[in-house]
Amino acid sequence: MSEAAAGLLSLLTLVVALVVVCVPLGTWIAKVFTDTRHWRVERVLYRVAGVDPEREQGWRAYAVSVGAVSVVGFVLLLGLILLQTSLPLRQGSDGMGVTTAVNTAVSFVTNTNWQSYAGEAGVTPLVQTLGLTIQNFVSAAVGLAVCIALTRALLRDGTGRIGNFWVDLVRGTVRVLLPGAVLAAVVLLVGGVVQNLAAPSTVTGLSGAEQVIRGGLVASQEAIKELGTNGGGYFNANSAHPFENPNPFTNLFEVFLLLVVPFALPRAFGIMVGDRRQGRALLGFASVLFGAGVGLTTWAEVAAASASTGSMEGKEQRFGVWASALFGAATTSTSTGAVNSLHESYSPLGGGVVLTNMLLGEVSPGGVGSGLYGIVVIAILSVFVAGLMVGRTPEYLGKTIGRREITMAALYSLVMPVLVLGFTGAALSMDGPRSTMLASGPHGLTEVLYAYASAANNNGSAFAGLSADNPWFNVTLAFCMAVGRFVPMMLVLGLAGSLAAQRRRPETAGTMPTHTPLFTGLLVGIALVLAGLTFFPALALGPLAEALS
Amino acid sequence: MNRTTILAALPQAVTKLDPRHLVRTPVIFVVWIGSVLTTVLAVLDPSVFGWGVAFWLWATVLFANAAEAIAEGRGRAQAATLRATRTETLAVRLRDDGGTETVPGTALRIGDRVRVVAGEVIPGDGDVVEGVATVDESAITGESAPVVRESGGDRCAVTGGTTVLSDAIIVRITSRPGETFIDRMIALVEGASRQKTPNEIALTVLLTTLTILFLVTVMAIQPLASYSGGLQQVIVLVALLVCLIPTTIGALLSAIGIAGMDRLVQRNVLAMSGRAVEAAGDVSTLLLDKTGTITLGNRRASELTPVSGAADGELAQAAYLSSLADGTPEGRSIVELATSLEHFGGVTSADVLASQGAEFVEFTAQTRMSGVDLPDGTRIRKGAASAVTAWVTQEGGEVPDETGRLADAIAGDGATPLVVALAAAGRAPRVLGLVRLKDVVKPGMSERFEVLRRMGIRTVMITGDNKLTAAAIATEAGVDDFLAEATPEDKMALIVKEQEGGRLVAMTGDGTNDAPALAQADVGLAMNTGTSAAKEAGNMVDLDSDPTKLIEVVAIGKQLLITRGALTTFSIANDIAKYFAIIPAMFVVLFPGLDALNIMRLGSPQSAMLSAVIFNALVIVALVPLALRGVHYRPGGAADLLRRNLLVYGLGGVVAPFVGIKVIDLLVSQLPGLS
Repeated sequence: MSEAAAGLLSLLTLVVALVVVCVPLGTWIAKVFTDTRHWRVERVLYRVAGVDPEREQGWRAYAVSVGAVSVVGFVLLLGLILLQTSLPLRQGSDGMGVTTAVNTAVSFVTNTNWQSYAGEAGVTPLVQTLGLTIQNFVSAAVGLAVCIALTRALLRDGTGRIGNFWVDLVRGTVRVLLPGAVLAAVVLLVGGVVQNLAAPSTVTGLSGAEQVIRGGLVASQEAIKELGTNGGGYFNANSAHPFENPNPFTNLFEVFLLLVVPFALPRAFGIMVGDRRQGRALLGFASVLFGAGVGLTTWAEVAAASASTGSMEGKEQRFGVWASALFGAATTSTSTGAVNSLHESYSPLGGGVVLTNMLLGEVSPGGVGSGLYGIVVIAILSVFVAGLMVGRTPEYLGKTIGRREITMAALYSLVMPVLVLGFTGAALSMDGPRSTMLASGPHGLTEVLYAYASAANNNGSAFAGLSADNPWFNVTLAFCMAVGRFVPMMLVLGLAGSLAAQRRRPETAGTMPTHTPLFTGLLVGIALVLAGLTFFPALALGPLAEALS
Repeated sequence: MNRTTILAALPQAVTKLDPRHLVRTPVIFVVWIGSVLTTVLAVLDPSVFGWGVAFWLWATVLFANAAEAIAEGRGRAQAATLRATRTETLAVRLRDDGGTETVPGTALRIGDRVRVVAGEVIPGDGDVVEGVATVDESAITGESAPVVRESGGDRCAVTGGTTVLSDAIIVRITSRPGETFIDRMIALVEGASRQKTPNEIALTVLLTTLTILFLVTVMAIQPLASYSGGLQQVIVLVALLVCLIPTTIGALLSAIGIAGMDRLVQRNVLAMSGRAVEAAGDVSTLLLDKTGTITLGNRRASELTPVSGAADGELAQAAYLSSLADGTPEGRSIVELATSLEHFGGVTSADVLASQGAEFVEFTAQTRMSGVDLPDGTRIRKGAASAVTAWVTQEGGEVPDETGRLADAIAGDGATPLVVALAAAGRAPRVLGLVRLKDVVKPGMSERFEVLRRMGIRTVMITGDNKLTAAAIATEAGVDDFLAEATPEDKMALIVKEQEGGRLVAMTGDGTNDAPALAQADVGLAMNTGTSAAKEAGNMVDLDSDPTKLIEVVAIGKQLLITRGALTTFSIANDIAKYFAIIPAMFVVLFPGLDALNIMRLGSPQSAMLSAVIFNALVIVALVPLALRGVHYRPGGAADLLRRNLLVYGLGGVVAPFVGIKVIDLLVSQLPGLS
């Protein structure tokens, strides 16, 4: 079979698998968060934590709870990382410096999983399992909870309450992520991903050099790494490492895993707001952008690989161009950040596309929860601009988009560009950060732009080529990850609060329809225009200049 | 908009360059700062390009100011006309001791009573407490036919500045000097008390955020460009910033709002706030009074039905004679109907009958019937079914059973039955038949309600009629719902119920008992003929007192919002082309390959940038007429409107600047001194 045929067949398999699983999963997620009963294990958790699961919170209380979980998670993880060399299961790890440790703790709490350390050497199996894997679950569940709170707010009729964060967090973990991760881990195990606590073994390679081979609880961490759109690899080589991603099957399965929750959420949204067509419009938006991203990356990489100067540089022979391009597009569209190939070595256009996937704000379909609330914010902005053109005060799903709502949505879309452009500009104009760049010219600019885009969008993938494990990048990237995650999240909760406080207005023939293909097209247009207008100059000096010269 | 208003607006545009004024429009304020900056730079380092950019940035600010000034100017012209009527008047004030004193109109206080006689100007707003007079209200309504104002009832309100034409009235003053209706009208049309509406504020938030976003984008260019080996001129960055920020909508936003209010004024409707106009666009329930709005004010006779063997001609003749002296529209319509019938005997006149000794019986609220006693002793009575049948029985006559049945059937059709009875001299009266008085639905109403339905607006007819009658008329008129036997309390309850369901309600009213409902409704359109309480409670006043106008008010509200949305979309869509003009021009020296992005093939980097700036300024001028007139609004469903407007203003907004900038560049690139 030619590579193109194999590639197309994998894509087809992926689409079929997503359709088959996302439909029941979306229904299940909607049911999980509207269920009035609690599971026994959940009741035990609430009792232990002293939480009254029946008491709904206003947006402020909800936001404080989100903050509390994240701050406590950060402190615990930071402590664990700093003390890891004194704890059991050290397995020869050297530990991390303070700024690296802060960067890592922020990175995992914010669902970014940017790794400025080498996975297997930087952290011990204990930290991998107790620290990183737990945050892989919690950070994804927090994103999911906030997304559900926003969805619920659209339904509320003037109460101002948006749900109970603790219930949403526990249910997201216990009923969605945990069962999903267990199933996925089993499949990965069967596929050949390792899972052991054996001590590292030293072997002598073909060249005669000694090599340390480490194992670890890889399959279990790999499962939630993809399912929770986290992306932090057990090994430095991430999903290019044969223990994490041994063969084309596990490769396709990992792509499937990182897409499955984000693509199921629009359906859950549609069911929860009582109109599945609304969910379908948002799904359409994510699908169009995702399809375009995959198509463009594949086209650029295939073209580059078949050109006379073409190379397989940075790509695994096991996967080839198609599967690498698909993985690259999927991981940057879902804020996952796992990689199975080196994005630095992509053709200028291919690298530009994966970068643009992030610069769109991680909405195609974005991370677990964060993707959907990002899409809803774009929907609110679109409704505001275009909704006026039907001659009414703009409204989305019966809620008026007034001053408060538009302020939250507008500030939301301001945060990420300010971080990315501000820090890219700062880094490029300082000698210190510039000396850590391996490439020069437009490619070097792309390296730095990519790093900040990845951090501010909580993606976590690296373009590579940038020696980012130094205080400047550790601190500024950690800042971008924290602000890029929590400021938008708080704005979303504020938005949810004011939406929930409103009465729902009935839909009439005078209401702008938000379930039509036209609306989906409008969303795509607004998202592209907003990102395009913001980042066009930077992209012109980076990937475009490189591609066109 | 004509040459005079434009010329008058120019000095205003310059005055508005004051930064304290401009800071209220953040987008234009940023352009102003850019203009100052580029001017300073052009002075320090003069070049054709530098001066060109500085000149066109100032032009951008001036065009924005001029747009606002022109919109205000149209209102100012109307205010001047109004002010002319507000001449100093003298008032004859009634003292408590019964005497009178002459005081200036400005000395009047609330509660003072003044006498105004024919030929005098009413010195202040008030209610007539004594007397009846005809008043010329053309000063405020533009309508030259005089109107009747009388004490008591719903036609007691008079407006200061109007002239009494006949008779004399005593008016109790209800407003302080300087706060009269005319004063408020002047303030409104001048825009003196104009405040930003909620939607305008929300839009300003979005536009300001976009401005900040583009500011960050442009500021980030310098370090990126410096890294790439080519620092950009500050003047170029300012030019790019001004092109990106939404100057078009920023410049026209307040003009759109002022023009929207102005369009209402041109239709003789005064909105007390911009908020009310905006709410009109959002209305989803219209409460319409039946009489005068849906039906013609008067009922008309449409059919005569004989009973118990009476002949058609006999009934027609009796109905005719009994209505001859009846001056009411209903009475006249019976005369018209009877004379048009083929069995009708012969025409005569009330005067002839009276001269022969006939006596006419006037309609009174107690007897509820009218008629005539002829010289030969024949008595004819016509009136409400219950009244006439009671008369027949009382005089010893028999009422056939079918009378009641027919009367019920007529009432069931939404019409009013009148019974005609005749007593020949010395004989007991007998019932001849029934007259069907029908409410006449104004022509074209059901089509208008159909349009409203497509706009997503529900119409509810309010009437004092019973349910049966109301239902029949509601069906005929095509309204969605009706409220029968409505009391002011019912009306209020209906509004509250609709609002609790998240709907915005609009209604009209004129009576004092309408006031609470007018105040509760989101859009309360008070009739100018109404009481001052009603006018005070509503948030709009219709000077023509035409309740049907509510439908137009809704359309104007929608048009205002559409215009705002269309120009915002257009403004943002424009940016795409400007990027394709400016970005290659900025970086082509660094990366010659980027010339591939110069898809318009513009002459030179400098001509490209200057052309984009010029287009950006000229597009404001080009869109001023649209902002003032409002975009074309064809009532219809939201889906159609969205599709059409997205096509015109979204796609049009993407394409237009590609063409515009190219054309300007063809001229600009001929300028000497551009590189």
